[in-house]
Amino acid sequence: MGSYVPSTKAEREEMLSKVGVADVKGLYAAVPSEMMVDSLDIPAGMSELEVASKVSGMAKKNKLFDAIFRGAGAYNHYIPSIVKQVTSKEEFITTYTPYQAEVSQGVLQNIFEYQTMICELTDMDVSNASVYDGASAAAEAVTMCVERKRSKMIVSGAVNPMYIQTIKTYCEGADREVVIAPVKDGVTDMEALAALIDDATAGVLLQQPNYFGMIEDAAAAGEAAHAKKAKFVMAVDPIAITVLKSPRECGADIVVGEGQSLGIPLSFGGPYLGFMACKKELMRKLPGRIVGQTVDHDGRRAFVLTLQAREQHIRREKATSNICSNEALCAMMAAVYMTAMGTKGITDCANLCYSKAHYAAAQISAIPGYELVNNGEFFNEFVTRVPDADKALAALEEKGILGGYPVDGGILWCVTEMNSKDQIDELVSILKGVN
Amino acid sequence: MQLIFEKSCEGRSCSMMPSCDVPVCEIPASLKRESAPKLPQMAEVDISRHYTELMKRTHGVNDGFYPLGSCTMKYNPKINDEMANLAGFAGLHPLQPVHTVQGALEALSVLESYLDEITGMDAMTFQPAAGAHGEFTGLLMIKAYHKANGDLKRNKIIVPDTAHGTNPASCTMAGFKVISIPSNEDGCVDLDKLRSVVGEDTAGLMLTNPNTVGIFDKNILEITKIIHEAGGLNYYDGANLNAVMGIVRPGDMGFDVIHLNLHKTFSTPHGGGGPGAGVVGCKNILAPFLPLYHTVKSGEGYEMEAPAQSIGSVRSFYGNYGIAIRALCYVMTLGKEGIPEASSNAVLNANYMRVNLQDEFDIAFNNICMHEFVISLTRTKKDKGVTALDFAKALLDYGVHPPTMYFPLIVDEALMVEPTETESKDTLDEVVRIFKEILKNANENPEALHEAPHTTPVSRLDEVKAAREPVLRYEY
Amino acid sequence: MATVLENLKYSKSHEWVEVLDNGNVRIGITDFAQHELGDLVFVNLPEEGDEIAVGEAFADVESVKAVSDVMSPVSGVVCAINEDLLDAPESINADAFGAWFVEVENVSEEEELLDAAAYEAFCEEE
Repeated sequence: MGSYVPSTKAEREEMLSKVGVADVKGLYAAVPSEMMVDSLDIPAGMSELEVASKVSGMAKKNKLFDAIFRGAGAYNHYIPSIVKQVTSKEEFITTYTPYQAEVSQGVLQNIFEYQTMICELTDMDVSNASVYDGASAAAEAVTMCVERKRSKMIVSGAVNPMYIQTIKTYCEGADREVVIAPVKDGVTDMEALAALIDDATAGVLLQQPNYFGMIEDAAAAGEAAHAKKAKFVMAVDPIAITVLKSPRECGADIVVGEGQSLGIPLSFGGPYLGFMACKKELMRKLPGRIVGQTVDHDGRRAFVLTLQAREQHIRREKATSNICSNEALCAMMAAVYMTAMGTKGITDCANLCYSKAHYAAAQISAIPGYELVNNGEFFNEFVTRVPDADKALAALEEKGILGGYPVDGGILWCVTEMNSKDQIDELVSILKGVN
Repeated sequence: MQLIFEKSCEGRSCSMMPSCDVPVCEIPASLKRESAPKLPQMAEVDISRHYTELMKRTHGVNDGFYPLGSCTMKYNPKINDEMANLAGFAGLHPLQPVHTVQGALEALSVLESYLDEITGMDAMTFQPAAGAHGEFTGLLMIKAYHKANGDLKRNKIIVPDTAHGTNPASCTMAGFKVISIPSNEDGCVDLDKLRSVVGEDTAGLMLTNPNTVGIFDKNILEITKIIHEAGGLNYYDGANLNAVMGIVRPGDMGFDVIHLNLHKTFSTPHGGGGPGAGVVGCKNILAPFLPLYHTVKSGEGYEMEAPAQSIGSVRSFYGNYGIAIRALCYVMTLGKEGIPEASSNAVLNANYMRVNLQDEFDIAFNNICMHEFVISLTRTKKDKGVTALDFAKALLDYGVHPPTMYFPLIVDEALMVEPTETESKDTLDEVVRIFKEILKNANENPEALHEAPHTTPVSRLDEVKAAREPVLRYEY
Repeated sequence: MATVLENLKYSKSHEWVEVLDNGNVRIGITDFAQHELGDLVFVNLPEEGDEIAVGEAFADVESVKAVSDVMSPVSGVVCAINEDLLDAPESINADAFGAWFVEVENVSEEEELLDAAAYEAFCEEE
């Protein structure tokens, strides 16, 4: 069996005798004996070599695709080598939440730098240290919007269904109403949305680009929300938002999103990174940990967890969120990613995504039966019709290509900087061959 | 140390992105951002050195003893990270067709069966990303269960006053009222008090056992029975499971739903505050309410199934998958003998430290403890003005991470010590010596302790300034 | 040690009450209370028009590591809040009796309050 207990048998005997019990059972005298487990029904332990071989075997049973044209909430972007190297340092991996600031300046400064970068990306004033993922960030943003006389949330039907599902689950807990605004031509129906907002509306949530890849008229939604004194929340793609109108330019009060695109592996859905930022006025409503700058007793600049009286460990049942652990190491990946890319790298990446997606859309939609479903502007995802989705995706899979994601009315394709022209051309030629 | 923004230099960059190999398509001007985000401009070598500098200002489990009570800072085995980073897991898109991810689902299913056995539960979800997230999930399942039974008046959850702060906060998020009950003089649940608060509005009880003062509640069967007889369900906060893995199971104690912190009990690293995983397990009566989606065996393979009356989703996809792989490696390594061995040694280490300290320190509820115990420095504070905070800061100068401070709330000047099983007797002996030396210094030269630490990259921080004048980002 | 002003009335939960000429009352926390709480970093106040009731929390004050409810010694309607406190919670530490939290009108009920001497004696026992 494997073990990570360093004490030898002789040492354990010595320790037991010091404690004053005859054997290990003596330590569990308080446990009613009828409850004690005789033997667990799980396999015997193994050496590291055996574990490595078994678990690698499971990994090998999965299919890794040579080319990925699927997004829908998880995106295949390039991860600079330095991201993995830097964030693999044992100190960063094994440390706890930085409550002891004197020995945690590394983690604290990194979070402060991450917060700054997220503020720059979202064009907001304040960011927290991260939450679990994009969907839970959206659900936490709903709580931020709620005021005593305003508890209804209006969410665009063009928001990623997993986000909507998560928001509904959170709101079910807090007994809050969620209203889904209708979608027209792949974008939020702004007239219908405006008509839904009333004096009991806490906020309006829109995704940019939306689930179908379409670029929303976010400013219009922001104006409609503000006209009724409701908050405006944008869930954004962190790459797209570096080149599209910034959330501030669209009037957002709160900005959330999935940070996986910022240097975090696809990893079958997690761990990912929920980022959250907002205007200064809402600072104290931000959930989770926040790092602030201060000085030490010798006057040196230093960083510390701050505004903690908002949090569960102090406010207990009066806290508006229970979040404790967040995704600190993923936030570090994002910070290293944003640094390695720089403004130029990240906007280049966004422009590559845009150009390649438009090239792919033109090529795919030229195939009979694969017309674009929506007419407006899109970023790097788009929906086309498909004569037979199963057949098309199977043909692609055979050639090592993960095709788009089947949605109502067609296929949702995603193209990123990872997809070369050759890959796109091959995809198109395979689709042409499917009959 | 400079911030990365202060090291940035106009014109420096790394070269990550290729040139465009398709016709360039311009974003229409009306949709374009007016001002680009300002990110650092750095050469790769300077990025590398920046993070090395940050690393040197960070104390991890690899640096030294880390007896942070209730946080289970055990050693994080390296093979676990390596396996989670295998391309066959890390490169999987979460929306790949099910037949292309059979190995990934097998891993989840196998881990679920092991954790079910270790906890005495029937089914599990890996979706919650942290312990608090798991609490919220489990409470929503309790809420859905009562609702499905038409039992709508059950809106109260009973929580002992020793509970972690997340417990009451999770209750509020799930729409429950919190009934806080005081502990009795041995730190356990007061049965009479419990009986007096249960009724037809009781939705359930949230309990940590062993509790946060490190004591296994010997009345546990009676406690869970009182709740069941009142029509409520029992929620087990798994934060302290490291004391009893393979020794006694929450399912056998009468609990209906539990969460496990894989980042505590199952050795996955804390990462500076995450990612963790707050796996939720339940008995069959609650299984229909599990979040989307549940991995099930189907013939020779695996499928993902939506539970019939699912509460929905608490986040995207299937949870922090990479963390689950690490936990799987851990359980496979330890196996049926290693799991109880880990727990009994965690308890042995805690008791060994406690016994070695008890002559000079006041131990709250000083008796055989589980995996952690609580020291109270009330006497030192009264006599010498040296607080738990001063003591904790003095430890930093010895390269020892302090215990959890000022928790649980029912013990004044508390230091909660959890050594874990992965520390050797030598380490414990040395730390006991350090504790005693600091106490001696506190008695002889209390003033010096107010100034500690002296050897860390920064000295004590002005937290009042940080909160009164919040500076939460760098301003260019 | 903590000061106590003669012209005010006090609650056992350490709030002071000043009766104004128009019958309205102002409420704040005492010097003893601010001393116990330590450096305050934020104050949550009710809104104008809110009804408050004897024995119920109407505000809370935050220090770095704690949050404490401020209980109302009277029942009535909040007609003014001291917005200065939102930007400068440290003024409570500097001058607890100058740093009023709220002004209350239509006062319908008042708990049994202590005079300065009785409150001073009460604090000594605490």
